[in-house]
Amino acid sequence: MKYIDEFRDGGVAQKIATRLRDEALPERQYSFMEFCGGHTHAISRYGITELLPANVRMIHGPGCPVCVLPIGRIDLAIQLALDKGAIVCTYGDTMRVPASDSLSLVRAKARGGDIRMVYSATDALQIARQNPGREVVFFAIGFETTTPPTALAIRNAHREGLANFSVLCCHVLTPSAITHILESPEVRQYGTVPIDGFVGPAHVSIVIGSAPYEHFAQEYRKPVVIAGFEPLDVMQAVLMLVRQVNEGRSEVENEFTRAVTSEGNLTAQALVSEVFELRTSFEWRGLGEVPYSALKIRPAFASFDAERRFGLGYQPVADNKACECGAILRGVKKPTDCKIFGTVCTPENPMGSCMVSSEGACAAHYSYGRFRDIPVRVETGVAA
Amino acid sequence: MCLAIPALLIEMIGADQAVVDLGGIRKQVSTALVPDAVVGDYVIVHVGHAIGQIDPEEARRTLAMFGELAGATPALETQP
Repeated sequence: MKYIDEFRDGGVAQKIATRLRDEALPERQYSFMEFCGGHTHAISRYGITELLPANVRMIHGPGCPVCVLPIGRIDLAIQLALDKGAIVCTYGDTMRVPASDSLSLVRAKARGGDIRMVYSATDALQIARQNPGREVVFFAIGFETTTPPTALAIRNAHREGLANFSVLCCHVLTPSAITHILESPEVRQYGTVPIDGFVGPAHVSIVIGSAPYEHFAQEYRKPVVIAGFEPLDVMQAVLMLVRQVNEGRSEVENEFTRAVTSEGNLTAQALVSEVFELRTSFEWRGLGEVPYSALKIRPAFASFDAERRFGLGYQPVADNKACECGAILRGVKKPTDCKIFGTVCTPENPMGSCMVSSEGACAAHYSYGRFRDIPVRVETGVAA
Repeated sequence: MCLAIPALLIEMIGADQAVVDLGGIRKQVSTALVPDAVVGDYVIVHVGHAIGQIDPEEARRTLAMFGELAGATPALETQP
């Protein structure tokens, strides 16, 4: 497919890899965090780790909305379906995220909850139109990429005067999470992650533009290279980061110029700010409470806010004790450092959130990398 | 979650809906977030909405940069 296949060319990837080996200084270590789950997935799926020089390490960041969704939020959605009798519509990604009492949305559905998987917020709106006698709640998760479609659904519902539709808003923001990783007090608990630079979000940046990272790059002296989700984009971004580090620069560079501009999608931004405002604080799974890191629905659209409509109160719930998702989401530990990785916790039966989404660090490593950890033993001289 | 795919816009339907072609698969999406998109553009589709557009000139430039890189590599290897 156009604009996809040409960015997956293996021969060109090898050339960029050669260039990287030439330019990465052998006497130093490079650690870069790819914030987005989309990049984590690409790195695992296309074997980019193997193409990088040994002294260039990629740290998988918390940019997977499913992975950072705290248990308490899923509990709210389950409560809406089981206790309030609402039709809960949600993206497929959230269906299997483990919640309290050994439940998940898919298990709550098995218990009789009317929980429906939708492809788009617009589909949830359609379900509300078709079921005027029922409450229909859209369980909205995602970063800046996914927020504008939710805003559009709320605005359209408002225009139509749709009285039975509301949204459980769990939309989170990228720049505040990146900042939090670098300066949060929990760094003392988890230890510090040496990060030399960031591979910046692809599709989030289509919406917000490259400008929001400028302040961050200057204040924290960390280079940021915005990159597309295809393997050549990631390779090129790593090369650009190595160059910035070698030259002592901390700038925002854009590798994904075919889709990302400095100002982003202004139509989408205007719509988002019409419908949403900042929450003073929001809990992220693995990161804890992060100030000004999420959105809530503005008072002008209050009747579409499921939290107000149903009087929901958020209750934080602790993660499974054996689960290392918190440290993994911060890049302090690797999936293989977790005792339950690949044994108790698998994509079929996830314990922690990093195993749920294919973009989670654990699921990506389980699907594409776990056999790499096993030494290959070649037996010779034995006839079969 | 943030996955999005470039798709060719082939037909506008009303003010903010369009049909896109994705390697032969056709689907109706919302174009409310990309009011400037016209038939023939590649739009980036995410959860049923076009959220941005591909700039073909920039795409060509990025690919050319990879190409130049490929050509330049042997010469650079001779440097210390």
